[in-house]
Amino acid sequence: MVLQTPPLEPVESIIPLAEEDLTRKDYASDVDTRWCPGCGDYSILAQMQRGLSNLNVAPEKMVFVSGIGCSSRFPYYMNTYGMHSIHGRAPTIASGLKLSRPDLMVFVITGDGDALSIGGNHLLHVLRRNVDVKIFLFNNRIYGLTKGQYSPTSELGKVTKSSPIGTTERPLNPLSIALASEATFVARSFDTDPQHLTATIERAARHHGAAFVEILQNCNIFNDRAFADYTDRNVRDERLLYLEHGQPMLFGEDKNKGLAVSATGLRVVDADGPDAGLILTHDATRPSPDVHQLLARCSYPEMPVPMGVIRQVTTPTYGDYLDSQIEVAKFKNRHDVAQLLKGRSTWQVE
Amino acid sequence: MTTTSTQANGSGGSAAPIQERDRVTVRFAGDSGDGMQLAGNRFADATAVFGNDFSTLPDFPAEIRAPAGSLAGVSSFQISFSKHQIFTPGDEPDTLVAMNPAALKSHLSALAKGGLLVINEDAFTSGNLKKANYPSNPLSDGSLDSYRIIKAPITTAAVAAVEDLGLTTQNAERTKNFFALGLVYWLYDRDLQPTLDWIEDRFGRIPNIAEANRRALYAGHAYGETTEIADAHVRVPPAVLTPGEYRTITGNQALVLGLITAAHLTDLELFYGSYPITPASDVLVELAALREFGVRTFQAEDEISAIGTAIGAAYGGGLGVTGTSGPGIALKSEALNLAVMTELPLIVLDVQRSGPSTGMPTKTEQTDLLQVMFGRNGESPLCVLAAKSPGDCFYMVLEAVRLAFQFVTPVVLLSDTYLANTAEPWPVPDITQLESIDVPYRRLEHVSAEDFEPYKRDPDTLARMFIPPGQPDLQHRIGGLEKSDITGDVAYSPENHQRMTDLRAEKIRRIANFIPEVEVDGPESGDLLVLSWGSTYGAVFTAVNEARAAGHEVAHAHLQYLNPFPRNLGDVVSRFRRVLIPEANTGQLRMLIRANFLVDAEGYNEVTGQPLSARQLTERITQMAAN
Repeated sequence: MVLQTPPLEPVESIIPLAEEDLTRKDYASDVDTRWCPGCGDYSILAQMQRGLSNLNVAPEKMVFVSGIGCSSRFPYYMNTYGMHSIHGRAPTIASGLKLSRPDLMVFVITGDGDALSIGGNHLLHVLRRNVDVKIFLFNNRIYGLTKGQYSPTSELGKVTKSSPIGTTERPLNPLSIALASEATFVARSFDTDPQHLTATIERAARHHGAAFVEILQNCNIFNDRAFADYTDRNVRDERLLYLEHGQPMLFGEDKNKGLAVSATGLRVVDADGPDAGLILTHDATRPSPDVHQLLARCSYPEMPVPMGVIRQVTTPTYGDYLDSQIEVAKFKNRHDVAQLLKGRSTWQVE
Repeated sequence: MTTTSTQANGSGGSAAPIQERDRVTVRFAGDSGDGMQLAGNRFADATAVFGNDFSTLPDFPAEIRAPAGSLAGVSSFQISFSKHQIFTPGDEPDTLVAMNPAALKSHLSALAKGGLLVINEDAFTSGNLKKANYPSNPLSDGSLDSYRIIKAPITTAAVAAVEDLGLTTQNAERTKNFFALGLVYWLYDRDLQPTLDWIEDRFGRIPNIAEANRRALYAGHAYGETTEIADAHVRVPPAVLTPGEYRTITGNQALVLGLITAAHLTDLELFYGSYPITPASDVLVELAALREFGVRTFQAEDEISAIGTAIGAAYGGGLGVTGTSGPGIALKSEALNLAVMTELPLIVLDVQRSGPSTGMPTKTEQTDLLQVMFGRNGESPLCVLAAKSPGDCFYMVLEAVRLAFQFVTPVVLLSDTYLANTAEPWPVPDITQLESIDVPYRRLEHVSAEDFEPYKRDPDTLARMFIPPGQPDLQHRIGGLEKSDITGDVAYSPENHQRMTDLRAEKIRRIANFIPEVEVDGPESGDLLVLSWGSTYGAVFTAVNEARAAGHEVAHAHLQYLNPFPRNLGDVVSRFRRVLIPEANTGQLRMLIRANFLVDAEGYNEVTGQPLSARQLTERITQMAAN
């Protein structure tokens, strides 16, 4: 599935492009991958390398920053610069790096525990500030590296090692959190649709501003088939809504169903029926995140699960504002250190 | 000092002859809304221009506006000025200006018997007396008989001076701090001009407010001139200071100037990630106003994000700095350890305050030394420095930055509330005479992939080969997991962990080869060494000199480098029969000295939220020296 959402933008002009064409293997490091066989992370890694090679930005101009968890091993496997930092704090390190080095492309790799539990505060703020970093949240709805405790996206009542008779807490919806922070780019994809994932990664990387991508990722050891009900190949067409900017929100094997507004949210209508005219056309660039929130709340089995770019709006980034303040101040004010040291007034001792 | 009790009679009279004194200490105390900090700072400015050496001590409540007239809302500002060089804001004031009963109640005990009280009698209403828990009016019940008193109708006189300017009652009453200031200017023979200039600069755009403040200042001054006040008209001749250009500076201002200068000397851009916290917030606030120097300030969502962004900037090759106080250090510990493990040049400013927990946010203490030394998981050595005076904060920032880049390590610089807020005259440094600060990674710009290993080390400093992202063919990953020696690959081998632990410790130890030895002031060996660190320098120096003046032989050494210690420190402490370590904590340096050098050091410890008292310390030193 190829996305037809807003036209691909050139990567920021300050990031120099490589002289020769780059391929997936230019982004692969020689470090042995250490995820469990069958982990969804392998597919994400491959699609990341493939998607980024389309940008033709030299790997040394890219930095991957991660927190703690299975997903956070990711930087080791990319032939880029990287930091495997501490639990939940990758957005902070990435922010400081990007703001002081605008010439680098900065990526954050995180998981549902890392981003939404211990690092929840930082996620809200990096998105609110619109710092130009690309955040990929691998959501497997479980703590894998610590061997199977529930996560902040685990469903209510889920039986895990730390909830032997079921959890007693409701899960967070990562997309709703991102939209509530008015993130300028919000998307979702999943590990078993390589084409869609590659295209989503590339689009996020090209976004000017903070990009947030939730990637549904299967943990075949501790939470196998967590998303299979709607991502399995044989049910995908019926149960997923592939969003395309400017296109009607249609799904189903024959595109015979669509989404329309109801009094309480969205509803499914027959594309050949009397309400066909009410089917919404997806507008990712809508400034208000209201319809985007309604899409984010669509969940299986009541509704089709949306995939693709839900929201992409262009506003100045934190760095744009900061750099322009510096530029203006340098133009308007003296910046002589010797003068600054003197302060408002001095006196002479003879 | 005279001890006769004299009441000013308020009837005009001939001016008493002016007396000369070597040193005077004045304390302004009033409600937090009375403008005492402003009055004190103006007095300091006028004193600077006059040419005395001076030191100030602001002391204010954490509450922005505690209930008016309450004991909790008292704010004070002390200034000591002298014809000689001085190193403390003075223990007890010679003169106390009390703007209301609560201020009198809170501060009277500090005033020596026979000291001069300047009192705003208008504020001694039954309501205010009750708020200050006075059962009777101290102005009339004889309880102040052992002091000299100037009772002045400060509020009404100020209001009368500005009455035709059409101000609101509230604004008219607000000028009372300028009236009090004018009166004190007369008492101590200060020139009004610097303050008049300041009023014009600050309020020039609101002419009637500027005029009101000017008039109140003149009125206060005239009140002093026309009121017969015996033994109160005092002049402290200018001090003999090293010739040069001077300004006043507080510790927090010096940190700001140090950071800007360090960015200049390294030719790097400054990134300052911080979360507002008393008493470090000023550094963020002042840096934020300096965008023209390329400063990137980042007001983070929390303390952890503040250090995270600074680590990101340091990793990117910039001058990455975070600043906070003790509670913030506690929150930053895990990230600080990441900077230890990844070996990045990070600067952490800790403006210490009173603890534990929230403690007393506006009060001073030296209680974070062990926290910054050891408050992290694992064996986690880093470099710790401490400034000894407000102006020294400037030079210690330069040292912190020099060592951070030379050794590729986080460096913590300790200041404290006292240094942060206290002001002193400071010779303005000549920027062209300051040594440039080397940034070693710049020399690795053309290093080839064959020659590059992220954890290969410089043979002298053991600094690792740090290269920021962006350089072709040198892509590598760092992080919090233990790294293999030289290659930087993730490693779990027992031998490697032992080796890396040893290397990290040895690297910090070798800093001692690149810092000055500790100097001993006084005899090189003998019976008593007083060893101090940080902001207690002034009080300890003063106390040691008092003891010497009393005929005792005492040596003094002061530490600006806490980790590692100067390489001769073990030798120095072993040359004295007794070692006394005065600290505003319960003995943190003492614990380190005893552990490192097996010396039975003794402590002089105060944890009051106030700077050490030079007088009490003098008594202790004198006692020890006499035995």
